Amino acid sequence: MLPNFTYERPGSVDEALEHGSSEGAVLHAGGTDLLGCLRDGVFSAKKVVSLSGLEELRGISPTRDGGLRVGALTTLTGVASDPTIAERYTVLAQAAASAASPQLRNQGTIGGNICQRPRCWYFRGDWHCLRKGGDTCYAIAGENHFHCIFGGSGCYIVHPSDTAPALQALGASVRIASRSGSRTVPIESFFLLPADDIQRENLLEPGELVTEVLLPPVASGTRSVYRKVRDRGAWDFALAGLAAVVTMPGDSVETASLVLSGVAPKPWRAAEAEGALTGARLDAETIARVVAASVAGALPLEHNGYKVALVRGLMEETLRALA
Amino acid sequence: MRCWERPLIEIIRLSVNGDSHEIGVPSHYTLLETLRYVLGLTGSKQGCDKGDCGACTVLLDGLPTLSCILPVQEAIGRQVTTIEGLADPDGPHALQDALDLTGGAQCGFCTPGILMSAAALLNVNSSPTRQEIREALSGNLCRCTGYTKIYEAVELAARALREQRPPAEVLRS
Repeated sequence: MLPNFTYERPGSVDEALEHGSSEGAVLHAGGTDLLGCLRDGVFSAKKVVSLSGLEELRGISPTRDGGLRVGALTTLTGVASDPTIAERYTVLAQAAASAASPQLRNQGTIGGNICQRPRCWYFRGDWHCLRKGGDTCYAIAGENHFHCIFGGSGCYIVHPSDTAPALQALGASVRIASRSGSRTVPIESFFLLPADDIQRENLLEPGELVTEVLLPPVASGTRSVYRKVRDRGAWDFALAGLAAVVTMPGDSVETASLVLSGVAPKPWRAAEAEGALTGARLDAETIARVVAASVAGALPLEHNGYKVALVRGLMEETLRALA
Repeated sequence: MRCWERPLIEIIRLSVNGDSHEIGVPSHYTLLETLRYVLGLTGSKQGCDKGDCGACTVLLDGLPTLSCILPVQEAIGRQVTTIEGLADPDGPHALQDALDLTGGAQCGFCTPGILMSAAALLNVNSSPTRQEIREALSGNLCRCTGYTKIYEAVELAARALREQRPPAEVLRS
């Protein structure tokens, strides 16, 4: 049974922000992770503020600049099955379709998916780790098969989202509302590393709410793909994944956006690999250089060295498929 | 919970299997807890209780949904269908007969959730491929059958519904 809390279902964003700012309040979008966290005592809540009455945060619509606005409460099923997203933002449709299970995709939202807490079993378990305000990361000397190979320092979580790396590869922004107004942040700077803040995965302040995700227009000839490796054939997080967005008007690559999932505390831009790919012909020699560059700077822990091989394989397979 | 921390009871109206119920529920109850402990509909199973197994799957406005992680307030004003609402007064749903015939139910704990996911699939796709069935049932764990007999049951039920014949007759032909 869940711990005791009061439940509010506001009818407007302003009302939701008012409730969300009170002490001990947590926001409830799809709730696919929230209720498990409350039940397991990962964190607690005096008040659960449901966002489900906020119709204005649902749905997908074109923007004036030729891009797309995806309301934060749009379900992953809604994102995966939208014809415009499937056609023009394929990487996002594929990432949303690869997340979780059919039921969880019917309930889970795009806003919740990018704001979800990490799955590190020490963070989730009965361990007072650094991310929960303790003084030790138990993964360093512990069971670190599923932890990060890039961007760790002190804490070695991976960001669990599939849609976040796809959004980052597409150059998306998030719109954030608070009682003092709203702001738009490129998703590239939305996520934080442990070195920025060891207790938060993104820059949301208490009382702030992601209201929408904004996708920029796509250049014609853009090709995009999300490729994910997991232990099971379905319903699993990425051991490693790659969101690739490439424009190739002729023989050579004009722009390349390569963002990895499952290997770092935030969606991880493989900047050196992008540099090796941009302006080059997509031939075997280029692919070999990009593959080598994709794992530059990787620092595996004791049990997760296999992720280096996974990243290399993902990069090679993806580029061969695009060639 | 300590004895003086009494849960807040809310009066809500819930539509389950076409029946409208006015009930009092603690405000922190999930839909699953409400179905099982308030309405006595114990067909939906409480397995992991945190969205990891699919045994609690019900249909919410026709879509497979995990009732163990859905606060009951979120079901207000929506159509809830549970395993108790799958059969009609004339007899079991074709999926139920088919699962019986193929041996797709063993211990039976996952069966109500599997049936609801499968029913949602057949509502929108009358001739699913094996891959579509696998995908539709990928959020329901079964630790007994190895799934093959379940997939065969869904294929049998789909054919029976298309041909408007009982699954037993389809199996004999």
